[in-house]
Amino acid sequence: MLQTQNLTFTYDGNTVLQFPDIHCRKGEQWLLLGQSGSGKTTLLHLLGGLRTPRQGDVQVAGTSLGQLRSSELDRFRGQHIGIVFQTSHFVRALNVEENLMLAQQLAGQIPSRPRIEELLSRLNISHKLSAMTDSLSQGEQQRLAIARALINRPGLILADEPTSALDDKNCDEVIQLLEGQAREEEATLLIVTHDGRLKDKFQHKIVLEDKITRL
Amino acid sequence: MNLFRLSWKNLTYKPLAMLLSLILFALGVGLIALLLQINQQVQEKFESNLAGIDLVIGAKGSPLQLILCNMYHIDSPTGNIPIKSARPFLNPKHPLIRMAVPLSLGDNHKSYRIVGTTHTFVDSIYPADLVEGQLWQADMEVCVGATVAEKLNMKVGDLFHSAHGFVDDGMNIHDQGDKFKVVGIFEPTGTVLDQLLLTNTQSIWAVHEHEDDKGPPANAGAQEHNHDHDHENDHAHHDHDAAAPAPPRKALIDEIDKDVTSILVRYRSKSNWRSLNLARNINENTDMQAATPAFEMARLTSMMGTGEALLRQLAIIIVIVSGLSIFISLFSSLKERRYELALMRVMGATRERLFLLIVLEGLLLALIGYVIGILLSHIGMQILAVYMEDAYRYSFSGWNFMQEELWLLVAALGIGFLAAILPAIQASRTDISTTLTDS
Repeated sequence: MLQTQNLTFTYDGNTVLQFPDIHCRKGEQWLLLGQSGSGKTTLLHLLGGLRTPRQGDVQVAGTSLGQLRSSELDRFRGQHIGIVFQTSHFVRALNVEENLMLAQQLAGQIPSRPRIEELLSRLNISHKLSAMTDSLSQGEQQRLAIARALINRPGLILADEPTSALDDKNCDEVIQLLEGQAREEEATLLIVTHDGRLKDKFQHKIVLEDKITRL
Repeated sequence: MNLFRLSWKNLTYKPLAMLLSLILFALGVGLIALLLQINQQVQEKFESNLAGIDLVIGAKGSPLQLILCNMYHIDSPTGNIPIKSARPFLNPKHPLIRMAVPLSLGDNHKSYRIVGTTHTFVDSIYPADLVEGQLWQADMEVCVGATVAEKLNMKVGDLFHSAHGFVDDGMNIHDQGDKFKVVGIFEPTGTVLDQLLLTNTQSIWAVHEHEDDKGPPANAGAQEHNHDHDHENDHAHHDHDAAAPAPPRKALIDEIDKDVTSILVRYRSKSNWRSLNLARNINENTDMQAATPAFEMARLTSMMGTGEALLRQLAIIIVIVSGLSIFISLFSSLKERRYELALMRVMGATRERLFLLIVLEGLLLALIGYVIGILLSHIGMQILAVYMEDAYRYSFSGWNFMQEELWLLVAALGIGFLAAILPAIQASRTDISTTLTDS
């Protein structure tokens, strides 16, 4: 499902970040652990096609991201990759339902109200359907972010520090939701975190070490 | 949730942020549209009332005033001319003049002007059919223009006393003589005729002769109508030397002791150089003056044109400033929405879509501003129309829509597009990764 080879990245041309090769099969759930500054977020952005690597290749569902043109990549990302960010942001002018409709439409899908209702009720926020996003609590926002990542049935779900801002109780809940929903949608899940609480919850783990080379 | 709806939602989410740009834009568009309307309607009135009149002959004074008074009925007369002097021009056999229509002004009914003239006025100059009744035949019979009839609710058979001057101050009613009798109502013509009451010249004389016969009561004081008072401009056709009413009717042209206010003239041939000399001859060799309507109106338009050009430039500046204001508000809203835009890219939006989104917001703003502006201008025109009708006895309307307004729409959208293009480029260049990492 997700495969990388010899991935390196540079911010300024001097410092090169080297990443271990990753190979996740369909439906697997992975944890990518690393300290702050180890390039976790950068790696996640590379995997999601939000950045271009200096070298190497990212393959998602058999497609090499580096070979897509900019607009093709945008479209591909919308359809095949769902991303949950550390802090949740939404289009503030739109309510919960409209935000999800927008996600469907931008990915080139026909907005489906049943799909939206199904997801929201699975995430226990169906009563917030027409609420504005800034009126949601932090926990609700995180659920909505998960719903948005799942809405287009992507094969790959990337989560960037989804629990770092949450207390233990919410942390457990969000991880369970992510695991459960990913399983239900048969999606591959990759969580990037430095949150030690998650260490024992996942079988598949990649630990990111500082592998910085100066040219 | 298509782009159009999304940009609409974005605009209405924080309406205050865009309000100033919107108001400015609406003001600029409104001012331009209002100027266009006034210009067009005034021009239209002037042109439709030119009515092929080549020359106006009247008493010496301002030529513009002569035209405004006798053709547009919005100024006071320059005075009267004796028929004795005007006789040659009233002669149907005059070699240069095809048609000459005498006008006698000076009275009103409820501030609508009563004009003493001949049937030629409604046969040839302002062709109008009657919707009711017939043309005046005997003295003291009047036919009423459409607007007058409507506003004063006049019907055939109505009787009234005329009032002296052009302003209805309720004081100078000629209440001693015979009453005027309405015998006909004209159809609406869109010309100044709609605002007039027409009768024969002799009736105007008769009203004043009658009063002179009886004379005002000796103890009447200043309030009473006094024919020796000095507002000659208001009431130019007094005939103080009038003898007792003479039953055997003379032709107008033979009433050499009487006055008229002016004569409207059409030439036999406009291109004849002798026609052109006629005006100069009158001005140089008689006590009368001759003025050319086309020339005087062109002069007036060019005088008004300076002010109008200034206003129009002001309006254009307002529109440009409002365009800048749209640009600035879009740009600053982008700063707040950077994360949102990056998110949309994550969700599959291409750079082109973000570009389009912001351009649409600019266009929508311009469109809303345009609609408000056009609405304002038409409401303003309607208010002005009521005022101008009171002041000038002319009908204007706020509900005439013009082709120019379509061009204005194109220009408005153009400005909206220009204002949005830089912010749109900025939006399309949003770097997903850095934006998401920064916040």
